[in-house]
Amino acid sequence: MSRPSASWNSFKTAAWLGWQIESNWADPFLFAVYSFVKPLSSAGILVVMYALISGGNFGAPIFAYIYIGMAFYLYVGSIMTGVSWAIIDDREHYRTLKYIYVAPVRVPYYLLGRGMARFLIGSISVLITLTFGVLFLKIPIVLSAINWPLFLVVFVMGILLLAMMGVLLGGITLMMANHSFMVGDAVASALYLFSGAIFPLEVLPAWLRPFGYIMPITYWLELLRRSLVGSISQSFPTFTALSDAQLLEILFGLTILFGGAALATFQLCESWAREHSRLDSTSNY
Amino acid sequence: MPMISPLSHRNSGWRLFLQTVIGRSYPRTIGQQREKSWIIFDVFLPLLSVASYVFVYRAIHAPEDYVGFVVIGGAMTAFWMNILWGMSSQLYWEKETGNLPLFIIAPGPLTGILLGMAVGGLFATTLRAAVIILLGSLLFQVKYVFTDLESLLAVFFLCMVALYGLGMMTSSLFLLLSREAYHLANLAQEPVYLISGFYFPIKSFPFWLATAASILPLTLGLDAMRQLAFSSGPTLGFLSVPLEIVILIGLTIVFLVMAQWLLKYIEKIAIQEGRLTESRR
Repeated sequence: MSRPSASWNSFKTAAWLGWQIESNWADPFLFAVYSFVKPLSSAGILVVMYALISGGNFGAPIFAYIYIGMAFYLYVGSIMTGVSWAIIDDREHYRTLKYIYVAPVRVPYYLLGRGMARFLIGSISVLITLTFGVLFLKIPIVLSAINWPLFLVVFVMGILLLAMMGVLLGGITLMMANHSFMVGDAVASALYLFSGAIFPLEVLPAWLRPFGYIMPITYWLELLRRSLVGSISQSFPTFTALSDAQLLEILFGLTILFGGAALATFQLCESWAREHSRLDSTSNY
Repeated sequence: MPMISPLSHRNSGWRLFLQTVIGRSYPRTIGQQREKSWIIFDVFLPLLSVASYVFVYRAIHAPEDYVGFVVIGGAMTAFWMNILWGMSSQLYWEKETGNLPLFIIAPGPLTGILLGMAVGGLFATTLRAAVIILLGSLLFQVKYVFTDLESLLAVFFLCMVALYGLGMMTSSLFLLLSREAYHLANLAQEPVYLISGFYFPIKSFPFWLATAASILPLTLGLDAMRQLAFSSGPTLGFLSVPLEIVILIGLTIVFLVMAQWLLKYIEKIAIQEGRLTESRR
């Protein structure tokens, strides 16, 4: 089988497998409830916090900034953590990782496929959260006013970026015996804080802001906000000096950089894991 | 080969119960000293979430007491996580890893095992919560105004006993679950943070919603703690502290009695239906 064909088959089969694992543990009704209760609750916490302090002034730009950032950040947890979680699932839970390695499967593509199911579930959550925001919380997203070309380019680039970061974490997870299940959450929590997902970066102390500036997710979220609600960018000074094209260039550069680093790191970690017999190690931790 | 001498004395009754509690709580207690990685994963991670919510409040110019609410709420998430993953799901994990049948055939009572899990988990989690409060308070310069320290300690103690009673109760329910256990525990995180008011006073909810949320001990526990630890707390309280203490006592009794009853009942069903040793991955 040619390499592209093997890669596609690995991806396709893993995507189907991932969907079965993620969705068939419950009947469709319970699964649907599960898919929207969690994201709406996360949104609810921020909405109540904001409403309490602002007296329900949902029309202010800061609320749209927080809400849109929070909604799209749901992808970070679902894709990045989802891709790396496949390693834990297959090694510790199903104990099938060693069989996957002896089968004609291209593992990075397999991991990306497993993340596909999380992407679909994440998309439902993001869509529900945004729709709720537009219908009930005055989030000023108007379909006819969206900069669709910018949105689509940025969206796809961000999803690829998150998937590659998931592969990177998957590599690190391969090397870990204990606490591997915490790696995804740890990185997602750190990015939540430093990427300006739910507050403008100027709120962070000056010495912490550089962490935000080197994270591609910061630019991804900023561009998504600009493409959906153009006026937001004028309300906060973080990136007002940069045009959409400049931000897109930075995001593109960082995506290439992170993507390359992710693949290289995964290969290094995989090789280390083979040498140290970690591919089939189970800790019951 | 050295021979192991037979046991000359076997505990029974309350001594056996106590021995079981100590035996099950031992690994959770001693593990704090042997496996120190919890300092990074169980303190650093919640602190990141706490920091995010603190900066949201700062971005919208909230009064400084709200920063303190977030720190206390963030510390209390450690207890809820422990209830979900260290109590409710524990018997399910034991079933998955094959330990549950050993627990059942051992002479110690299952309630003793659950209580041991609760005692050990409470100790370990209190340690984590204390570090989160300490670091969070120092980092964000939280100002506490303790009006009644005795009541504060009483509220915390009652809240914990009621909460771990709830955990013991739900752990028996999780005994009947299979793959859905993980998802259901996962599902019970953010919704509970929302309805229990981990990061804001529940007085902001409609009365009946706040009343319904009060079935969870952390809702009233947090509300009372905020009233007793912050200057603006009393004005933001849902109910008066004495009333919340009385309700917490009621919840404690109900959950502990229900835990005892449910455990016996569910254990019987699980044995009848052959679910104690099944492993449906």
